[in-house]
Amino acid sequence: MSSLSATIQDVFNEPGCGKNANKTEAERKKGCTKQLQPGGAAGGCAFDGAKIALQPFTDVAHLVHGPIACEGNSWDNRGSASSGSDLWRRSFTTDMNETDIVFGGEKRLYKAIKEVIDKYDPPAIFVYQTCVPAMIGDDINAVCKAAATKFGKPVIPVNSPGFVGPKNLGNKLAGEALLEHVIGTEEPDYTTPYDINIIGEYNLSGEFWQIKPLLDELGIRILSCISGDGKYRELAYSHRAKAAMMVCSKAMINVARKMEERYGIPYFEGSFYGIQDSSDSLREIARLLIERGAPAELMDRTEAVIAREEAKAWAAIERFKPRFKDKKVLLITGGVKSWSVVAALQEAGLEIVGTSVKKSTKEDKERIKELMGQDAHMIEDMTPREMYKMLKDARADIMLSGGKSQFVALKAAMPWLDINQERCHGYMGYIGMVKLMEEIEKALYNPMWAQLRKPAPWDDAGVNWQSKAMAQMDAQAAEIAADPVRAEEARRARKICFCKTVDLGTVEDAIAAHGLSTVDGVKEHTNASGGCGACKGRIEDVLAARSAPMLQAAE
Amino acid sequence: MAIVTTSKKACSVNPLKMSQPIGGSFAFMGLRGAMPLLHGSQGCTSFGLTLFVRHFKEAVPMQTTAMSEVATVLGGYENVEQAILNIYNRTKPEIIGINSTGVTETKGDDVEGFIRLIRQKHPHLEKFPLVYVATPDFKDAFQDGWEKTVARMVEVLVDPVEAAAVRDPARVNVLPGCHLTPGDLDELRTIFEDFGLKPAFLPDLAGSLDGHIPDEFTPTTIGGIGVDEIATMGQAAWTIAIGAQMQRAAEAMQKRAGVPFRLFERLCGLIPNDEFIAFLSEISGRPVPAKYRRQRGQLADAMLDAHFHIGGRKLAIGAEPDLLFDLSSMLHEMGAEVAVAVTTTVSPVLERVRTQEVLIGDLEDLEELAKARDCDLLITHSHGRQAASRLKIPFYRAGFPMFDRLCAGHQLSVGYRGTRDLIFDLANLVIADREANHQPTPDTWRTTDSGLQVVPPQLH
Ligand code: SF4
Repeated sequence: MSSLSATIQDVFNEPGCGKNANKTEAERKKGCTKQLQPGGAAGGCAFDGAKIALQPFTDVAHLVHGPIACEGNSWDNRGSASSGSDLWRRSFTTDMNETDIVFGGEKRLYKAIKEVIDKYDPPAIFVYQTCVPAMIGDDINAVCKAAATKFGKPVIPVNSPGFVGPKNLGNKLAGEALLEHVIGTEEPDYTTPYDINIIGEYNLSGEFWQIKPLLDELGIRILSCISGDGKYRELAYSHRAKAAMMVCSKAMINVARKMEERYGIPYFEGSFYGIQDSSDSLREIARLLIERGAPAELMDRTEAVIAREEAKAWAAIERFKPRFKDKKVLLITGGVKSWSVVAALQEAGLEIVGTSVKKSTKEDKERIKELMGQDAHMIEDMTPREMYKMLKDARADIMLSGGKSQFVALKAAMPWLDINQERCHGYMGYIGMVKLMEEIEKALYNPMWAQLRKPAPWDDAGVNWQSKAMAQMDAQAAEIAADPVRAEEARRARKICFCKTVDLGTVEDAIAAHGLSTVDGVKEHTNASGGCGACKGRIEDVLAARSAPMLQAAE
Repeated sequence: MAIVTTSKKACSVNPLKMSQPIGGSFAFMGLRGAMPLLHGSQGCTSFGLTLFVRHFKEAVPMQTTAMSEVATVLGGYENVEQAILNIYNRTKPEIIGINSTGVTETKGDDVEGFIRLIRQKHPHLEKFPLVYVATPDFKDAFQDGWEKTVARMVEVLVDPVEAAAVRDPARVNVLPGCHLTPGDLDELRTIFEDFGLKPAFLPDLAGSLDGHIPDEFTPTTIGGIGVDEIATMGQAAWTIAIGAQMQRAAEAMQKRAGVPFRLFERLCGLIPNDEFIAFLSEISGRPVPAKYRRQRGQLADAMLDAHFHIGGRKLAIGAEPDLLFDLSSMLHEMGAEVAVAVTTTVSPVLERVRTQEVLIGDLEDLEELAKARDCDLLITHSHGRQAASRLKIPFYRAGFPMFDRLCAGHQLSVGYRGTRDLIFDLANLVIADREANHQPTPDTWRTTDSGLQVVPPQLH
């Protein structure tokens, strides 16, 4: 386990992570793992993150070492598309039983590896460590090593027991496994000046294929995609790429950065969501390749393709304008770069009444303001109740969000569209944006809504479930407003720092008690902003609000 | 009759089984205002949650004690305490149901002891319903988690009643196995009510996960049976348990409140429903309503129509023990041959499955055996769809999870009507497959060179 904690330390030290930049040395060591709230959290575990990151390698056998819970409850739950092998869709687990817990599960793991090789003969096996075998001290590194030697096949340990942290840590641990055991272990048959790696792209619903034809057209070869539709051998020789694109999620930044360090492969962080972002990304790929020796004419061809595709996309979006006139959108995503689709939505004539910024940094927010105007409605943290109310009050006609909040919209008889991982349509690149508009139109104009919003003929219009729910909420809000104590309580309960779950009251108390005036001071006393750092702006606001009356008093 | 064997493989491929703790949490979801809490690391809960949401397409409440690596080593008292306090304060549940996981069982947390301490430390929780069930992941399966949890609910939540007490003859307790859908429970409720009986289902998933649109916003379960109703279950005249897994809970009820019980191991098929309806008629003192006479006729007719298609078919079924027993018995009685039966965990019913061998195994076993024995139809949960497409045989989804089709919560297999619908669905699958894939060709009946051997007609 000591090597695992060293790896985790290392991952937390990631200098490529923007969020790390504003932390002190000591804090960086602590990393992004927030202390989870018992009874108030339900995100995925590190194992989940590792599996998500690696499972899209399609020709590999993914073997999960642990009791049935980890794999039995979770397999087959994500739809990355494959153009070849479907081995990744099969599930392999040691399904440890009581005897294994008592006597150790290493033997079973070794036998399991042998069985998989005998039956399926994959080019490699990824072995995932989970909590229970980690607790009883199963050394999967040793088992993998022994098996690799014995069977003459790469057997890659992925040290990712769930309890070491959340999903995003797992993504990075997966990356570490690749860096340590796979990347650079084979050589490609040939290379070209146009070879790139795509990192952190999972090809969900095959959406990367919405962009791949353009790369093909430009003669740009994806040497390895890590990991969507990926193949083991390509991964093993991916160190020969000339440049890399890291798809906007920061999931595998460690892979991108260390490949730059070790093999001199420059990378940039880009996205293929949104028209502008797609164009920027294509340009950036071309630029990096040229920098590394590709002929300069690549840029001209890239610009030509961009111009053509943009024109086509805008023309296609044009036709939605009359349909989208006066329609309002509530956009609830993780908040990171939700502005990358904002532009396209606006171009199509949709009004965006709110967007979540829970995880957005100050710069992200500035960009949102730029796009949506100074009084852009930025939602820090919305309870399902508030979302519902917002939809019901018809301040929005449709909600775009991840699957978790879908029932809020649907049960409010409001259109909803999935724009997170579990969606079954691809929204990537130019075609993807048009597809998104199509889906929004379909959802908005479904004749079903009118029927559903009508109360049953025998129901009093005023007492259907929707109005009851609304009345309930209004009553509660009124109750709180009428009671100064509770109103104050509610005000103070507002979350300031989501990572470390620090509320406004705690921050205010700390400011008052210690006469704080800086974010760092607040951080020191409350732990707020010790995580992703996105709440810095909020703390500044609190500080500003506090100092105003004090100044007045002083005058 | 059947020999029960256990797969000897070290590596389970395409698991049929799901873990015990989420089976326990599932049972708590049938209680009103409940918050199921898994004592383990957060991922365990997150996976369970996703699984339920994919199956029911509903918001599902489930919480975690969020054990970190350090907490796991040191023991989880503080996490359990904090989780209970947080849930109690924030979501105002009527009950918190706690299941342990592999992580906390490996350490050996004494959660019952924790709960005693928590009640002492926080007097406002002294009477608050907290039900704990030990359900390690490395033992047993989903169905066992449900079984243990329901039995525990009875032991903790039902008020004791003297065996000789006067009982309400109209009240019946219904203890459904986890193989019944919310739709099945609704069907049963109607049947009970048609006999003038007042059923109380424990747990009652039909009240909570039947896809209704709720009146209120609560982060806990909506609908389901209330703790107050469970407390009075001891006053009922009868307990009716459905599925062998519910024997344990029924016995607990009898022990605690002296309620006599009758166990129906299955409710799919003509004969079991005859017994069931006759029993209801007997305990209610009412004649069988005309409706059920009509439904019985319809089922009989469905069996007549469908036996051409189902009779002689070779089936491969993968399901948890009670569902396996239920479906395979009915299909056997329709003349089908249960050629392959795979299940997840031990149960007394397995020996009585009408087949040669029942294998405790995975979907790879199911697929390989179905191929070797040339099966015509595959029945299992949604994870079996890949196997079915490789085998190129029709696929009927049954059990949990069923995430790639709508309607999981409403699929029916109980009662005359449920059996009738199921038979039609299966027969139609066979017919459609024959039309699509097994049309006769000029070669179908051609004799071979030797003139002796006949290429068998493509009956499938
Ligand atoms: S938290 Fe641990 S035991 Fe739970 S699912 Fe994740 S790896 Fe498995």
